[in-house]
Amino acid sequence: MAAPKKGRSASSQSKPGRSLALILIAIVALTGGMFLSGHTTPRLGIDLAGGTSITLKAKNEPGQPNAINKTNMDTAVDIMNRRVNGLGVSEAEVQTQGNDNIIVNIPKGTNARQARDQVGTTAKLYFRPVLAVEPQGGAVTPTPKPSISTSGSPAPSPSQTGDKATSTSSGSPSPSAKATSQGRPVTDALKADATPTPGAKPPVGSKASPTPPPAANPATAALQAKFAALDCTKRAVRAVAGKGVKPSEPTVACSSKASGGQWQKFILGPAEVDGTEVKKAQASFDTTAAGGWQVNMEFTDKGAKQFGEVTTRLSQQQPPQNQFGIVLDGQVVSNPAVNGPIGGGSAQITGSFSQEEAQNLANMLSYGALPLTFHTESVSTVTAALGGEQLHAGLIAGAIGLGLVVIYLVVYYRGLSTIAIASLLVSAALTYVIMSLLGPAIGFALNLPAVCGAIVAIGITADSFIVFFERIRDEIREGRTLRPAVERAWPRARRTILVSDFVSFLAAAVLFIVTVGKVQGFAFTLGLTTLLDVVVVFFFTKPLMTILARKKFFAEGNRWSGLDPQRLGAKPPLRRTRRASAPVDMKEA
Amino acid sequence: MSKLGTLGARLHRGEIGYDFVGKRFIWYGISILITITAILGLSVRGLNMGIEFEGGAVFTIQHTNVSVSQAEKYAETAAGHDAIVQKLGKDGLRIQVATIDTAAADKVSAKLATDFGIPEKNIAGELVGPSWGDQVANKAWQGLVVFMILVVLYLAIAFEWRMALAALVALIHDITITVGIYALVGFEVTPGTVIGLLTILGYSLYDTVVVFDSLKEQTKDITKQTRWTYSEIADRSINGTLVRSINTTVVALLPVAGLLFIGGGVLGAGMLNDISLSLFVGLAAGAYSSIFIATPLVADLKEREPEMKALRKRVLAKRAQGGDAPVPQVSDEQPYDDEDDDSAPAVVGPRNQPSRNRGRGRPSGKRR
Repeated sequence: MAAPKKGRSASSQSKPGRSLALILIAIVALTGGMFLSGHTTPRLGIDLAGGTSITLKAKNEPGQPNAINKTNMDTAVDIMNRRVNGLGVSEAEVQTQGNDNIIVNIPKGTNARQARDQVGTTAKLYFRPVLAVEPQGGAVTPTPKPSISTSGSPAPSPSQTGDKATSTSSGSPSPSAKATSQGRPVTDALKADATPTPGAKPPVGSKASPTPPPAANPATAALQAKFAALDCTKRAVRAVAGKGVKPSEPTVACSSKASGGQWQKFILGPAEVDGTEVKKAQASFDTTAAGGWQVNMEFTDKGAKQFGEVTTRLSQQQPPQNQFGIVLDGQVVSNPAVNGPIGGGSAQITGSFSQEEAQNLANMLSYGALPLTFHTESVSTVTAALGGEQLHAGLIAGAIGLGLVVIYLVVYYRGLSTIAIASLLVSAALTYVIMSLLGPAIGFALNLPAVCGAIVAIGITADSFIVFFERIRDEIREGRTLRPAVERAWPRARRTILVSDFVSFLAAAVLFIVTVGKVQGFAFTLGLTTLLDVVVVFFFTKPLMTILARKKFFAEGNRWSGLDPQRLGAKPPLRRTRRASAPVDMKEA
Repeated sequence: MSKLGTLGARLHRGEIGYDFVGKRFIWYGISILITITAILGLSVRGLNMGIEFEGGAVFTIQHTNVSVSQAEKYAETAAGHDAIVQKLGKDGLRIQVATIDTAAADKVSAKLATDFGIPEKNIAGELVGPSWGDQVANKAWQGLVVFMILVVLYLAIAFEWRMALAALVALIHDITITVGIYALVGFEVTPGTVIGLLTILGYSLYDTVVVFDSLKEQTKDITKQTRWTYSEIADRSINGTLVRSINTTVVALLPVAGLLFIGGGVLGAGMLNDISLSLFVGLAAGAYSSIFIATPLVADLKEREPEMKALRKRVLAKRAQGGDAPVPQVSDEQPYDDEDDDSAPAVVGPRNQPSRNRGRGRPSGKRR
């Protein structure tokens, strides 16, 4: 916004119409976008519009009877808060209630089910070796396993079964096994981003097929029995199958999703890497080879080491024991095969993720696992925390205040006030449209403090015009005619505007980066209005002023234009005689 | 209002002006007094933190046909302060009050039961934790500290460290006064208040920077002349931007005043009061401090510089022998000589001279 600093005065002097057209086109385009998207009002926060209230009850984890305490509840609140309000602009509220409840309030218009999944999911993530795997509920189509491999080195994926696996000619590492053994048309590949030495890794390709656990399987008889009895096609069974098992013990588990009507059941070894060792996770869209949404993870040092060790070991195993189960809350999200040791501390989970799933998963991995398990106790709608009457009163009061501002501007600036009011209108229109669009885009919700902040922003926006107008008037007082006065006033006013807006923007940026929750939401609004202020002054107020300065009404200083040199007390020659007696001229002599 | 326009012209020419720097001790005194009152109020009365920070009690009533606004009245009389009432589902109510001990909560519950005319067992009372947890507060503090460091650095680079320091003092001054008034008035501190305070923080600095920008411009070539001391030019610069300061403050304050006095006062919107009061006080304090505190403070600090001391000496020497501008009535040695200068033309002579100096700064500006 502040980019076109230098030389702008020259260009806007000659082509003020272009800037005006530009900003008008921008407004029309944004407004069009707003109507097309169907979100014609900003999303309102829970204090203004109400929303959904979810009550979650904590349950003890097996083996940890005393886990429900204040510390853990507070941690859970923090984590949930960040999960539903990762960007800080969604105005969701999370608080404890009683000893073991957490209430989550989500503003109207949020996808309540998604939010419920987000807050209710424990997000205990483990990497467990697969000991045995078996499909259920559909025909078996032997296809290659997804594979895990390091990036940065070509890893051709020779497959035995004539599948769609291809090795990309670009040397791209992705072992593009496209379909899994159980007919899941999924690339469950886990790839490391790091670049270990190419060729150092055995090019173990995609391995085929569901093999029943070999006799020599380390799984115990008890587990075998459990495995045999496990019916992953049943929802209730899936939900509990892998839950409540200590990470240090082997377990059975189901896949989290079926594809082609098929579920997978697993026997999994003890957890090798804990999800808490994931330092950061991010959803991204893989535009190369396989395509689709994936989650990139970065491990902590410890996690990276463990991950390297376990991949080294697994890569030497026979299928399916070269597979890794990525187990989230007891269900296997992904079970890639390991092609070789993976070092470097980062990896990707790919799968048949939708964008939303990938983002949710990344979100949960980044913000950590909940220390407790929760179940949803009730979901109900709540009305606005701030009564409708208050909002109404606020609107009336705000409108009166704005009316007073307009009256003041008209009385003081006369003709000039048209420019100021037009600029304020443009600014208001842009703010409204952008806020409306940000609702669906990033979950931005407007709460009462933000509305008040926007009202103060009127002052800051108006200040930019006032600084500019006063500069122009000063120049006219020096005896200039309007057009040179405008061009001389602009660079100086511009500097003041940029310097002071920079301070506001700095405040917004720092607060947005550092803080969480409502403060972050505020910082966002402040930053947005500050940027819009600069945009409006540069692309609207200044060009409009330049154009109007050519009009007779303003240029000749009509007494209603607000630029009447006589009224402004300009020096030449009008007042020369009268002011000759004043010491001013004496001094000048 | 055209009178204001002429006022602007006269201010611009320096025909009239208020001796901000000269009378700074009066304003410092006033500010110190207000600040002390604010700090006293804060330490004696403390802040009345809202349910969002402290947690409180929540009462859930299923199946009632009492309206939200009615329930709000009941709850506020029962608890003695602001309550948040929300409709839950179709015919339930959720009432939150900032009462944290169980005994008090029981009392409120009993009172509510009588008011609603339902048996007390139908009111489910529970304690709730803060929705604005420590995490949010800690991060906010952290953000504030980082911001202050950065802004001081920025101002020190873009302007100079004296201005950075003065801006910081003005900022702390504004925040202290606003918080102090909260303590004195006894309004509940809600997230809205905090957001209001942060808005003030931005605005206060913004306003100070606008004034400093003009100061910097006017003092650019100060050592090349011997007519004016730094303090005098600082004074001129404030007077030059005075119209802008007044206009901006009016424009910023009017809508907030509307919210506070009409919205909060007349129409009785409780929560709006919390926000608009902090905004109103803060905006007023912010505008005041940039003019009366920050700039004189810069002048004070500047005058300690050897360069500026030398300049002052030269200026005074020249005046002594020149006699053309006999008494430096804006100098700080004689702050009392010109107490009436905003009404009387006593200052006319020397005051209009800086306009010449101004023209000097801009070579082509000399048109007379």
